[in-house]
Amino acid sequence: MRTRHAPAGAGTDQARPRGASPPATFDPPRARRADRRRVSLRARLRRDWQLLAMVAPGFVILLIFSYVPILGNVIAFQDYNPYLGDNPLEAFVQSNWIGFGQFQLLFEDPAFWDAFRNTLAITAFQLVFFFPLPIALAIALHHLLSSRLRGFIQTVVYLPHFFSWVLVVSFFVAMFGGAGLLAQTMREAGTEPWNIMTNPDTFIILVTAEAVWKDVGWGTIVFLAALSTIDQNLYEAAAADGAGRWCRLWHITLPGLRPVIVLLLILRLGDALSVGFEQFLLQREAVGRQASEVLDTFVYHFSIATGNYGYGAAAGLFKAVIGLCLILAANRVAHMLGERGIYSRS
Amino acid sequence: MTTTITRKSPRPRARRAVWEERPTLIGQAGKALLLGLLVLSVLFPLWVILVTSFSSRETIANAGGLVVIPRGVDTSAYEVIFAGGAVTRALWISTLVTVIGTAIALTVTVLAAYGLSRPRSLGYRWLLAYFLLPFLIYPPLVPKYLVVTGLGLKDTIWALILPPAISVFNLVVVRGFFQGIPQELLDSARIDGANDFRTLARIVLPLSRAVIAVVGLFYAVTYWNVWFDAVLFIDRNDMYPIQRVLQSYLLAGQAPKTSGGASGITMPPTEAIKMAVVVLTVAPIVAVYPFIQRHFVKGVLIGAIKG
Repeated sequence: MRTRHAPAGAGTDQARPRGASPPATFDPPRARRADRRRVSLRARLRRDWQLLAMVAPGFVILLIFSYVPILGNVIAFQDYNPYLGDNPLEAFVQSNWIGFGQFQLLFEDPAFWDAFRNTLAITAFQLVFFFPLPIALAIALHHLLSSRLRGFIQTVVYLPHFFSWVLVVSFFVAMFGGAGLLAQTMREAGTEPWNIMTNPDTFIILVTAEAVWKDVGWGTIVFLAALSTIDQNLYEAAAADGAGRWCRLWHITLPGLRPVIVLLLILRLGDALSVGFEQFLLQREAVGRQASEVLDTFVYHFSIATGNYGYGAAAGLFKAVIGLCLILAANRVAHMLGERGIYSRS
Repeated sequence: MTTTITRKSPRPRARRAVWEERPTLIGQAGKALLLGLLVLSVLFPLWVILVTSFSSRETIANAGGLVVIPRGVDTSAYEVIFAGGAVTRALWISTLVTVIGTAIALTVTVLAAYGLSRPRSLGYRWLLAYFLLPFLIYPPLVPKYLVVTGLGLKDTIWALILPPAISVFNLVVVRGFFQGIPQELLDSARIDGANDFRTLARIVLPLSRAVIAVVGLFYAVTYWNVWFDAVLFIDRNDMYPIQRVLQSYLLAGQAPKTSGGASGITMPPTEAIKMAVVVLTVAPIVAVYPFIQRHFVKGVLIGAIKG
């Protein structure tokens, strides 16, 4: 990864790689760079050591818990045996290198392809049935006249975002489970209760419903902010020209939201192989592996749960590489469509 | 910054713009119905769970499980829970993890955000890339597990506290806020002889209460909700955080076998006790969240738009 892949939060000027062709006009970063050369490294160290000291704790934590694990991915090319030596490092040094053997096994494993298929199916399903909902909700909320009512609804619908998945699934079990409120009411009414929580055939709907319940409100925040930046005069001018409500929605509101929608779509596509982990792990026993196994739970079950670390690492690495390619590709598509994307290369 | 006291003028009634057509009755009704259902879908389960946890055994038996309409208040479920045992211990562990974790994570994040907020400082570009990269590449599960166990953190609260102690998203949010503080303020502090630590403590932090509150809530919620890390790293069940206990009560359907033994009873928990555990897990979130919620748009958006 080079610096130019830093997200746009970095600002465009700092994200420019050294030696990139400068724009034709005045170039502040370059002027700055020349300015900087006059100050010696030692003087800069004396000037900035406090900033470096501040960054240090975060640096160390990321090093240990992000960068070392990322490098640790190489055990995917090993026949890693955790029982060699006294600690994981010794085990790593003493384990045999087997090249792509784990990947070969992985690609021949039908359970892996099941998980792969489930993941893609769930992503596609949620893209259609979940992704548009926060947009619609944000538009509905934005058009509420009473700000007090809007505030109340926002407070309520944001809340489930802060619940853990254990809690969310517990809520669903309490409402729709075999001993839940719905089953209870249906039994009283003399009908056979529906099997909702343990039915593998409708599992995809269940997990989407759970995800919607948890995050539909939270998802509106970004869209609400984008809506508030749309120029009100556009609406008035359109109305004066005879554009109706739906016409204005289509020609003013949605184009106004376009950059945000594209950005979130890219992020979602880049994350296409992650569909939520705890949610699936928690419900795996209830609905069975066939329907609920996704790539993340596959990694867990075929590595740490069974002790086959190299195999799980291979699956995890496969997923990470595909995911990275997806996000880079999605970003490039966004650039081609003339949108900003998550990072820019300018 | 001076505080001006303004008398709250009566809020002007929001009015529809003159050019906007009156909404149709069906449209209004449909919207009201949808929003109403959405709000109910959150509040109704909370209500049922709360009522059931405060119901007596007979009320629950009569209702056939969960209670929608309360009949009297019975606190026996909470008495059983607070008599000591798995849930009480788990609540303690979770409180400890949340308080220590949030303090550490906020410190680390605020320091790093300030350290990364001055574009011309030494190593700025490399450090920024270093901090932002984990946003694109998640730490993989298996090596992370090996690192944490290799450091000997297994079965300690540090296994739950340290790995999430800096979140790139929160860092970007705080940093974005810091960069929005007028440069003149920081310059004047420097001219007065304040070093960076002093500037951060005396100038920047007092101006950033809103964003600190929001990010603090994010971290606190992360720590309170920790479940899978506990599955990975905590084997001793007297070290379980609350989410693991909740899982074993509600989703596995029985109290976890504790070494000490809660009350010596190994019966499956009653419906009221189950729901009381849910209430105790939700309560801290519901209690803190409304106070911080009003800062969300201000605090989150700066980061969301920049990131």
